[in-house]
Amino acid sequence: MDIVLLITQAVNGLQLGVLLFLLSAGLTLTFGIMDLINLAHASFYMLGAFFGATVAIYTGSFTLGFFAAIIGVLIVAWVIEKGIISQLYTRDHLDQLLATFGLILIADTLVHMIWGPAGLAIALPPLLQGQVALGGVTLPSYRILIIGVGLLVALGLYWLVNHTRTGMLIRAGASNRRMLGNLGVDVGSLFAAVFCMGAALAGVAGILITPITEASIGMGNDIIITAFVVVIIGGIGSIKGAFVAAIIIGMIDTFGRAFLDQIFMMIMPAETAETAAPAVSAMLIYLLMAIILSLRPAGLFPPKLR
Amino acid sequence: MKKLAVALLASASLCTTAMAADDAIQVGFVTTLTTGGAVIGNDMRDAVNLALDHMDNTMGGKPVTVLFEDDGFKPATGKQATDKLIKEDNVDIIAGYIWSHVLMASYRSALKADKVIISANAGPSAIAGKLCDPNFFSTSWQNDQTPMALGELLNARDVKSLYLMAPNYAAGKDMVAGVERTFKGEIIGKDLTKWGADAQLDFSAELAKAKASGAEGLAVFYPGKAGGAFIKQYQQAGLADTMPLYTMFTVDALSLPKLQEANMTGILGSEMSMFWSPEMDNPANQKFVAGFREKYGRYPSFYAAQSYDAMNLIKSAADALDGDFSSTSAVRYELAKANFDSIRGDFEFGNNHMPIQNFYARKVVEDADGNWTTEITKTVFEKHQDTYAASCSM
Repeated sequence: MDIVLLITQAVNGLQLGVLLFLLSAGLTLTFGIMDLINLAHASFYMLGAFFGATVAIYTGSFTLGFFAAIIGVLIVAWVIEKGIISQLYTRDHLDQLLATFGLILIADTLVHMIWGPAGLAIALPPLLQGQVALGGVTLPSYRILIIGVGLLVALGLYWLVNHTRTGMLIRAGASNRRMLGNLGVDVGSLFAAVFCMGAALAGVAGILITPITEASIGMGNDIIITAFVVVIIGGIGSIKGAFVAAIIIGMIDTFGRAFLDQIFMMIMPAETAETAAPAVSAMLIYLLMAIILSLRPAGLFPPKLR
Repeated sequence: MKKLAVALLASASLCTTAMAADDAIQVGFVTTLTTGGAVIGNDMRDAVNLALDHMDNTMGGKPVTVLFEDDGFKPATGKQATDKLIKEDNVDIIAGYIWSHVLMASYRSALKADKVIISANAGPSAIAGKLCDPNFFSTSWQNDQTPMALGELLNARDVKSLYLMAPNYAAGKDMVAGVERTFKGEIIGKDLTKWGADAQLDFSAELAKAKASGAEGLAVFYPGKAGGAFIKQYQQAGLADTMPLYTMFTVDALSLPKLQEANMTGILGSEMSMFWSPEMDNPANQKFVAGFREKYGRYPSFYAAQSYDAMNLIKSAADALDGDFSSTSAVRYELAKANFDSIRGDFEFGNNHMPIQNFYARKVVEDADGNWTTEITKTVFEKHQDTYAASCSM
């Protein structure tokens, strides 16, 4: 097997993993700490893309668009948390599912009304349009940027969660939120902050993917299922778990798409392999989830419960 | 009491539709007006409205109303919309249908009610072949024809080795099979990517494989938003300089403005196969394209062109029958003549009521005003009939 291709695909897998991590970091925190199933997380991803793309088109600057996406999503998330989500923390999961699914429908329709059905495409700055060659491996420079941003965010989160007072409260919340409240911590504000931060990370993922695909209605609904798989494999509430699981899934998905047909061709006729490979590679991450859950029902890195 | 009111309301609405049917022609048009697919549906609806403008809202001396229904990109919803048009609105004729699976689900409803159903896009092989029906007409093409033309175009361009990519669903597999049927070189790689609710939009792994394969050409089918995403990544991966891109139903008047906005110059000069192009020099097409650009400020897509034709096909039958649509057999007798000025120039219907028509190679160019559009470079097939016509017993 070609070593250059192998490295290229590994980088592709890393990039997909990093993007998945941005999306699932917020999801695992809200799920783990607030016990909130938030399908509307997908909408923050979409809104990040639309806010960022709009500003990027209007000002001609991708960088401005990037920050606009974060600020825009933060504001929307804060309003939604105060108005709707905060009412849901004490309700059961079915209510949360229904309410946040409703939010998705509202967000999709609002986007349709404001931006039309066509979606938005944005141009990359010339610096990022090309490719970079690293020792014989040529890669799109923008994908390298995604990896860089994703790893920076991961480092930032690691520092925040493990080395700050806020992080300590977040970890405490993931372990036992009632105890945390009884100790006099303002759980409401903590929840709001965590919710908004998670939403902003989804918004970052949204604006980062826009130059590769585009900002389109329902774009988050396509990927939110995968993000939930990441959260469950990683262990609900664990940032570290989300990171590891996201990278694993990014790699498995990419390598499945890249090499599965060739592997299948070694053991079955070419025509069968041709139809079997895409079907199996689409299932790979779910197979992985099934295997991991059968071995470790609480995921790879479940927060310690007391 | 409440029940009585509902019954009264229902009978009242029945009366009004029955009355309307006498002095007006009602056309039901099923397309996608929500979800991302609404981009296509909007273009079709705009074309239908333009056609109505051009015919002064009259067919065969009677006023025309078009009832648009949304299929939500789902076969079940599309069937419900079709049933509603037939049972509640009692329309005279039904048209539209972007997606093959939506058309397949709705097809029976129309046939059972003995309504004529006109596809303005979808062309599944089953309906062209074994399941063909006298009440079905198409103003588009059969799914396999465009990829077969692409295979022939690749031969003409002397492409010896090819990498093929398409979504992993019925139409995607049809497209791949169509190219394979006519392409004479070697297909050295093929990827069918995940499609549906969580469709794959990141093609980095596949593009890296294509690049490593060293194929002389890359042929893809990615309709809708996946097309724009694919082309961006094709250029970002630096393949535009080394591996020419050939497309089917991927680059159109809906995706080109966005590609231009994103400065994807790699697509300029790229070729595709198609039955029509906006600059085609016939009076009907000139009137359509000029009218569309004036009214909506953009180029029409092929979806729009097919919808415009569908309306004019219906008008041709209405004119011949003085607006009397009471006999379905008379309507389809008139429709089968294809006696109208089509935007593609003259064509006729085959035994399965699919058009027998030319297919062209067209490439992406910049027009005089700097807008990206397409232009025909050569004729690939003349008067081409789909292969399934032979298995249709009509």
